[in-house]
Order: sequence, then structure tokens, then C-alpha cells
Amino acid sequence: MQPERQGIEVAVLVSVGRHPTTGRARRADQDARGLEMALGLEDRLPDSRIHLLHAGPSSLENASALRGYLGMAAGDGTTLDTLTLLEQAEDDDAIPALAEHLAATLPQLVITGTRAEQGEGSGLLPYALAERLGWPLVNGLAAVEKVENGVATLLQALPRGQRRRLQVRLPAIFSVDAAAPAARQSAFGPARRAGIEATPVTAEPDHEQTEWQLTPARKRPKRLKIVKAASARDRFKAAAAKAEGGSGQVLADVSSEQGAEAILALLREEGVLPR
Amino acid sequence: MEEIRRRDPRREWVARNRLHPEHASVLAALGGIGGEGAASEWLGPLGILRKNPHAVGFMGPHGIKRIDRSGAQQGGRAAGAARQATHDSRHNVIIESPAFLVAVVPELPGGRLSSHDKDLLGLARRLADVDPEHPGAVLAVVFGEHKEDAFGEAGIDRLLHLSDDAYDGFAPEARLGALAAMEREWRPRHWLLPDSPLGGADLGRRLAVRLGERPATGVWRIESDPTAPLGWRCTARGAAERLDIQRSLPRVALFLAECADPVDETRHAAEPLSLSTAVPSALSRIQDLGQVAVDPAGVALAEAEFILSAGNGVRDWEGFHHAAKVLGATEGASRVVVDDGFMARDRQVGASGTWVTARVYLAIGISGAIQHLQGIQSCDKVVAINLDPGCDMIKRADLAVIGDAAEILAALVAKVEQQRGGQRDAA
Repeated sequence: MQPERQGIEVAVLVSVGRHPTTGRARRADQDARGLEMALGLEDRLPDSRIHLLHAGPSSLENASALRGYLGMAAGDGTTLDTLTLLEQAEDDDAIPALAEHLAATLPQLVITGTRAEQGEGSGLLPYALAERLGWPLVNGLAAVEKVENGVATLLQALPRGQRRRLQVRLPAIFSVDAAAPAARQSAFGPARRAGIEATPVTAEPDHEQTEWQLTPARKRPKRLKIVKAASARDRFKAAAAKAEGGSGQVLADVSSEQGAEAILALLREEGVLPR
Repeated sequence: MEEIRRRDPRREWVARNRLHPEHASVLAALGGIGGEGAASEWLGPLGILRKNPHAVGFMGPHGIKRIDRSGAQQGGRAAGAARQATHDSRHNVIIESPAFLVAVVPELPGGRLSSHDKDLLGLARRLADVDPEHPGAVLAVVFGEHKEDAFGEAGIDRLLHLSDDAYDGFAPEARLGALAAMEREWRPRHWLLPDSPLGGADLGRRLAVRLGERPATGVWRIESDPTAPLGWRCTARGAAERLDIQRSLPRVALFLAECADPVDETRHAAEPLSLSTAVPSALSRIQDLGQVAVDPAGVALAEAEFILSAGNGVRDWEGFHHAAKVLGATEGASRVVVDDGFMARDRQVGASGTWVTARVYLAIGISGAIQHLQGIQSCDKVVAINLDPGCDMIKRADLAVIGDAAEILAALVAKVEQQRGGQRDAA
């Protein structure tokens, strides 16, 4: 009987990001967080392997941005030294190529960012991959607690800083967003030394996208507070009004016990008390 | 036909002539139509507006004639009736046989429709009412238990309530199965979801992929366009908020907040609806183990769900911090308390501090300066404990208790601890 292998195969899908102020190509923030999580997993589970995967054109600018990810794996014994680039044109559909590659290599875990920083940025890619491969998908990953016997226990980030614990059977796709731990710095030297393995793939151009009109984002109009009032007096009152709840319940002349009871009932109804 | 107003010139003439023997009875008859005691304004025979200044106003309580030009008060019982009418200005709309369905999956955080949900339902109404001759119906799906009772006011015609344990927590596969069953049964023309992290952003993308549609995500505006397949164009945000994408509206679309105005003029039926076939139960590979207790002190004040906030009325700081710990609340503070050094600056709520979005805001001994009330504008439920029954915080609060803050807080903590202790014994 073979000893059980502890490590797992992790594929991290990375994209070329865009710096929000300078507009230069960089490693995408969410994808870098995903790689950070994968590197953390590799530390805890020996014999794990990380594969970096990107589908897109191999221009000089893209390559330098993608090397930003490789520079994160510098130093103490990581196995990550190459990035697989599925070479296709700028406006080709990345989903079939990625799905094909993943189906061929069969990693146990795929980690992606939630949304791309350029292009359509609809955040649809992990969902499309999950549907094609038939794997479960968890969004908003905050931490992977453990991986045992093909089952991952992880924490999902909820709004308002809350966390939820989930158990997922592998293989699975996880997407990370800004709730995941921040990515480490990228080291320049290892990034230069690492290799990019480019394999050309045949891909379909994204026809639908050519019909869209893309413009720089306009500032969204702020919603005005519209007061529907029949008379000028009502309008004036609405504009000059101080806070008036009016409908609230006021408990005066009650004992502190009764007051506490009423507050407790409200807190319990809202479900904010920890169980 | 009530719309055609028939004029009786003779009666009008009698109404103008105060010396006429039938003057009083004619005035009463006309008043019955006009609503007020006597008509103070009417259209003359030549189309000129005539006024009777003597009929203006009402008798005040001391027998003195009062005139209120604001129109707010018209004396007597007429005022009450008028007030009632303005309160209940929504008209009921019932759509018996809709031409098509617009399916909406509201998020319902905390069991109630959020403002994002209401905006989305307003937009769904626009899509449904595009042809007034053949209006569509807005169909909303609600998973699990809810506390909302104003679905009709939000513009929902049909309501599908799926209350099953399988939909609780993080159950995207079960929810997706239910939506797919809806698609098979009714085939809605539009699927609209809020693009919010907890609700629609995840489920909407799953649904779109399952239906084989390419969704529009982050949509913030729609306009009608007869050349588009569904008759609408939309503007969506792309590329990390830096691009506006103009495209025709697809069947599945995810909308940002404030995409449209909520419904405020009509009340709809919110008729309960049910699926004719049972939803096939999907074997889930994702198991929800429940929420994890997080340290409330580590949660940023701006996004905390439950805030216990201290004001100048708090004297017992040990008790306050203990209460926050027991209740599992994030601590906040008013400006005075922070200035006096009892709390850190990053805990300040209000104009020069943090604008909080808590669902429950428990204000202890805060009188409610306008700067503070601004900071808690978007809080759902405000509970105030204060000694002064006339302060502004009491007016804002949904529940206010007048009394000594320290005592009430101690009683509250004792009750929570007692309850928790009882549970532990039972377990």
C-alpha cells in the first residue's frame, strides 16, 4: 500500500491587471491574493505543487506583468518556477482554452480572482469553468483551514467582516476577492530568472463583445432626495426637517428589568446576538 | 359618467347671490360636491375664476375666523379626511393575466428587502410596464424565512416563497435548482438580480451559466431601444469600474444599487404562487458548517452589523466594555466621549468620524447631536437608552428606554448571560 500523499495540485489562474492610477500593466490584485493563498497551502502541505496558468497574448508588457506573480515564489524551496501561457489573441475567448487545459491536467484545486481588472471584467470566468468541468465553486474565499482526504475546510468571507465555514469536496474552484490576505511583495531577480512556457492554442474570437460600445466610465449621477409634496409648505418642512422618527416606541417609567427585556426582544428578533 | 361635470348656471347664480332665499341650501348642495363648507372658488360663466372671500377659512376654537393659506389645516373633519387621502395615495394594481414575467431574486439581508432590492424591483416594474395594454408581472423569489410585509408596496405581483431547510445558509446548488425549475415552468422574459456580494452576484452568475446566457453584470442604467432583441439597452460597468459597456439587455442581468427609483405610487398584489412540480433535490458537494464567531472588536466600524455606542451618559466604562463583549457588539462612541479620552478616535461615529451602516445600533446615553445622527442615517434599527425623554436620539430611535443607562445595560447583560448559561446547562 502506498503511503497517502499529503500534497495537492493547485492551479492558480492569473491575469494581467491594470494599475488604477497609472494604468500600467501589473499583477492583478485579486489573482495575487489567490497565489498568496496557494503559497500558504504549499507551506502547510508538503509535496504540493502550484501551477500558474494564463491565457492571453504574449506581448512584452504582459510578460513583465506576469513575471510579477513568479517573483512572489522566491526563496525557501518553492516549486513554482514557470508559468504556463496559453497563447491566443487579445480578444479571444479564454474560457475554452482554460477549461481544456484544466481538464487535461486535472488539478485538485483551482484558485482564481473574482474579477479581471481589464476587459469586460464580468467575473464570469470561474462560473463558466465550474459549469464546464462540473466542479463545485466557492466565491469569496478568505482562508483554507485544512485539506484532508480530498475534502477542503475553508472560510468564506461574508459582508460586514463575518466568516462562514464550509466543507467542499475536491476538485473544486475557489475564487478570492479583497477579503483574502494581502499578497506578498514580488522579488525582481527571481521574477527575471523564472520562465514562461508559451503554448499556442486555437481559440475563437469573442464575437459578441465586438458589438458592444466601450467608453471610459462616466461618473454615476447622484440620486437626489425627491420630496413628493403637494404644497410649498410640505416641501419646506421636508427640506428643513430634523431627524424625526416619530414611529418609534418609547418606554418611559419602566423598571430597568422591563427595559432590558424589551431591548433583548428586539435584539433577538433581529438575530444579532451570538448563539 | 362621472367625469363629465355638468354645470347648473342657475344654481351657481343662486350661490353667488347671498340674498336669494335658496342661497343656503344651494351652497350646501354645491359644498357637497366641492368638499368644503362653501365654495370659495369657482369658474364663472365666462371662464373667469370667481372667488368668494367670505367662504375662505374656518371657525377657530374661540369663535374667531382663521385662514390657513398653507392648505395644511382646513378645520373640522374635512382636514382629517384630506390627511387620510394623502397617506393612502398608492393605487392598487392587479394584473390578472400577465403578458410575460419578469423574475427578480431579491437578496433580503436580515429577512427584509434592502434598498438595493427595492431599486431593482422598481426597475423590474419599468420592464414589466413597458406596454400599458399588455403589462407583464413581476415575479419575486424568496428563499427561507423572511420578516418583510410590504412586498406589494415594493411592486411585486407574484411571490414564490420557497421555505425549506435546503435553502438556508450557503446553498447555491439548491437555490440554482429552484431557479432552473422556475425557468422550466414559466420561462420569464427577464431574470434580474442584485449585483451584491452575498446575494445575486454569486447566484446570478451561476444561473446565467446554467441557462447558457451571457449576463450583463454591474448594470446601472437601462433605456429602451426597439432594435435590441428584448427592446432594451443597458449600460454596465466593466474593467474594475473604469469602463462603461453599452450593450443590448440580455435575459439575465445583474444590477448595481440605485439602478432605478423604487416603486412609490402603486401597490401590487404579491399573490402567492407555487411551483407545480417539486424541485429535484441536488446532491450538494458544498456543506455549510455555519458562521464562525469573529472578534467584534476586529470588525471595521463602518461595516459592523451590531454596534454598541457610548455617549456622555455612560459613567461605568468597565460595565460598558463588558456589555459589548457579552452582546458580541462592535464598540462605537460619540464625539464627546472620544474627546474626553474614554474611547479611541477610530471608534467615533458621526460627521467627523465614521458613517456606520449597522443593522442594529444601540445608543447608550447619546443625546443625538445632528452630526451624530448623520452618521447613523443608514442604520436599520436604532435603540436608545437615555435619561432625557426629549432628546433627538429618542425621536430617531425605533425603541427608546428612558432610564439609567448603567442599570438597564447591566440588566440586559444579566439576562443574556442567564439565557446563555441556561443553554449551556441544557446542552
